[in-house]
Amino acid sequence: MTVVLRVEHLVKSFGGVRAVDDVGFTVGAGERVALIGPNGAGKTTVFNMLNGQLRPDHGSIQIDGVEVRGRRPRAIWRRGVGRTFQITATLPSMTVAENVQMVLLSFHRRLFDIWRPAAPRYRDQALALLDRVGMADQADRASATLAYGDLKRLELAVALASRPRLLLMDEPTAGMAPRERAELMNLTAALVAESGVAVLFTEHDMDIVFGHASRIIVMNQGTIIASGQPADIRADAEVQAVYLGSGAMFAPRPGGAA
Amino acid sequence: MGFYVAQFLGGLAQASSLFIVASGLSIIFGVTRIVNFAHGTFYMVGAFVAYSIADRVAGAWGFWGGIATAALVAGGIGVALERLLLRRLYQSPALFQLLATFGVVLVGQDAVLAIWGPEDRLGPRAPGLAGRVHLLGQAIPHYDLFLIVLGPVVLGLLWLLFHRTRWGVLVRAATEDREMTAALGVDESRLFTTVLFLGALLAGLAGAIQLPREAVTLHMDVAVVVEAFVVVVVGGMGSVTGAFLAALLIGQLQAFGILLVPRITVVLAFLVMAIVLAIRPYGLLGRVPALPRGTADAVEPPLRPASPGLIAVALALTLVLAALPVFAGDYVLALASETLIMVLFAASLQFIMGPGGMMSFGHAAYFGLGAYGAGLVVKHFGATMVTGLVAAPLLAGLAALVFGWFCVRLSGVYLAMLTLAFAQIAWSVMFEWTAVTGGDNGILGVWPASWAATAAPFYELCLGLSIAALLLLRRIVFAPFGYAVRAGRDSPLRCEAIGIDVQRFQWLAFVIAGVLAGLAGGLFAYAKGSVFPTYLDVPVSVDGLVMVLLGGVQSLVGPIVGAVVFHGLETQLVRLTDYWRLVVGVIIILLVLAFPQGIAGALGGRLRSGRSGTGEAGR
Ligand SMILES: Nc1ncnc2c1ncn2[C@@H]1O[C@H](COP(=O)(O)OP(=O)(O)OP(=O)(O)O)[C@@H](O)[C@H]1O
Ligand SMILES: [Mg+2]
Repeated sequence: MTVVLRVEHLVKSFGGVRAVDDVGFTVGAGERVALIGPNGAGKTTVFNMLNGQLRPDHGSIQIDGVEVRGRRPRAIWRRGVGRTFQITATLPSMTVAENVQMVLLSFHRRLFDIWRPAAPRYRDQALALLDRVGMADQADRASATLAYGDLKRLELAVALASRPRLLLMDEPTAGMAPRERAELMNLTAALVAESGVAVLFTEHDMDIVFGHASRIIVMNQGTIIASGQPADIRADAEVQAVYLGSGAMFAPRPGGAA
Repeated sequence: MGFYVAQFLGGLAQASSLFIVASGLSIIFGVTRIVNFAHGTFYMVGAFVAYSIADRVAGAWGFWGGIATAALVAGGIGVALERLLLRRLYQSPALFQLLATFGVVLVGQDAVLAIWGPEDRLGPRAPGLAGRVHLLGQAIPHYDLFLIVLGPVVLGLLWLLFHRTRWGVLVRAATEDREMTAALGVDESRLFTTVLFLGALLAGLAGAIQLPREAVTLHMDVAVVVEAFVVVVVGGMGSVTGAFLAALLIGQLQAFGILLVPRITVVLAFLVMAIVLAIRPYGLLGRVPALPRGTADAVEPPLRPASPGLIAVALALTLVLAALPVFAGDYVLALASETLIMVLFAASLQFIMGPGGMMSFGHAAYFGLGAYGAGLVVKHFGATMVTGLVAAPLLAGLAALVFGWFCVRLSGVYLAMLTLAFAQIAWSVMFEWTAVTGGDNGILGVWPASWAATAAPFYELCLGLSIAALLLLRRIVFAPFGYAVRAGRDSPLRCEAIGIDVQRFQWLAFVIAGVLAGLAGGLFAYAKGSVFPTYLDVPVSVDGLVMVLLGGVQSLVGPIVGAVVFHGLETQLVRLTDYWRLVVGVIIILLVLAFPQGIAGALGGRLRSGRSGTGEAGR
């Protein structure tokens, strides 16, 4: 398995608070790694450093062996990192299809064209992607009018449009119905199988985590307290302690999505 | 030595007045989030009321009583403004609130003109403080010393008000997080009314206390509100202490700047603002604004290609306009030429404000520099009209290239103020550089080439160029470049994550807008036969803003409608009545209340809903 993402000794403080404190891990091609932890554990902060939105205080971030720490998000995106946001960030004045077309236009460096109409460009490709995430029938809707779950799916299509090597998904299924969640994660699994993309995702729904992650990293208060196969994590005492009171979430559910 | 001390104390006195007016503006903005251009009107009314009372009632009672009354009257006007107008606009897009306050400025100017007449007034000395103390051989007015004390006293009182009263704590809470306050069940409408009272009262007070120091004039409102904005922006929007520091800085700068560059001290303030914003994008003590949770600005619907109906209307209109010289006289043609130039100017501004999401208070810079581009090549090289019309967009575009590079690093009101700063700097260069630009006297004799010397061909030239420019803008908006510009406005976060360099697109959009505004300015120079520094001045920027906002900032047809309506209205009203500002102001206010999305926006919404209905059925 080739390592796509290698993170070492990552540190980020806000004021006096160490939101991320010496975090290191790897994600390999074809892996689906879940980064979990209670609210405020530092998961989004890690994501923000991975895609360049936040500058780490210390540490190293390598994509395919190339150090990208401190680079701008758009440069890191060019190196093959696509992401979805916990609080969705789409382009509300554009249609669903146009949101995806923008990524394709940017990917193919066609955005400085001031003459030929944009609407038909890469539209077929965008529609194909939207079809994958189950949004084809809403392609011409204004994205501002989408339901929350649909926005999440659009974000996934947007993140995938540039054929990333590494896909970062921050709570991809939040706000969705249980069935939709499983569908979206199954879709992700299919994409991973096809393209070998490396996936790192955060998620609060433990059914999804244990049903869909090939590996799990647990964070608490900025540090990694455990990582390993789902079965190991489930048995880990410290993880149980962090989730005290919600330990039930770790009990295997026969009916859970898997 | 003594001289410098005197200069320093004068600067402090000036700072006090600046601080008081700016603190009011800052407080109002902090709570209501409305950029209130009518703040200068409160100030002006305060000055006039204080003048009238001091004029009629002699002695200390008249003077000090006048100041107190003036402050209260201004506060009352603030309350009326909030109750009658602003209250209805809290849910409107920020730009429409701005437009409404422009309307109030216009109404205020004519109301003051009607009551007090056009003459400048000189106030009396302050009774009891008319003397001077001698310090190191310099005479320092007692009144200046009084002002120097007054500023910190007001700051202290405001501090007590905001930290020691329940009301003040609410105001601070609302300034930090408006949604939170609403959620806490605070009676917002009373809070807003009282905040307007306090803010307007401070403005009225500041105007009144200036009575012994400067003449009371009809045009002080715009000058003051611009200066107050500079202070507020340098200090950081919503921060009263920041405003105090900024007022001190700018007061001193003006006091000593007058020794270096006597006529243009105001430009120094803008220069300082440009520098401060370049280093600290949110001002000295400003914080990064919390992202509004529910954006008040309506989301623009996706772009749709023009419907066959719209294309037919546009074609028919073009034909009629092209044939206008057949049945219209010279006066109508000249008026039509000017209107077309305004359409072009407004369209260029709409491009950065609508798709670009960049509010500009200084678009006149590019219009005016365009005019100078043409004027200068005519004056110095005897250039032909064609050369002049090439030089115009070139000079304006160059300026936009330089200014825009700084501006796109900021956003919102800060960006708007920086555009204003650059416009004022450009204005001062044209005004001061007499050897090259002729200064105040402008450049005369910028006449069209012989083939365009009569009204009809010149009109056709304006028509051709503005239609070409409008079509170009439309193509750009529908092309990937235009999409990228809109994407940057929609979500900078998403853009960065999909490889779009937002600032670069905004910068280029800024340059395109500058070039086209420059072309409009060049045409204007030939239409008028002359170029003056006033072409770059604030009123021209304001006209541009009003035209765009009136037409609807999100509609490509908007600036056309807005320019025709506004320019037509203005030129006709100027002929009919001395009080045209009043009429225009009232019309603007009524339009904002009736169509919060602009005229074309409202019409377009109706057309679009009809069209998308059939579109759905067709799919
Ligand atoms: N921009 C910021 N400034 C200051 N503190 C921040 C900032 N962003 C995050 N934090 C703090 O860092 C810590 C980690 O936050 P983060 O958003 O990474 O958590 P998370 O694991 O994603 O939580 P959640 O599950 O709620 O999304 C929190 O204490 C948060 O308050
Ligand atoms: Mg998070």
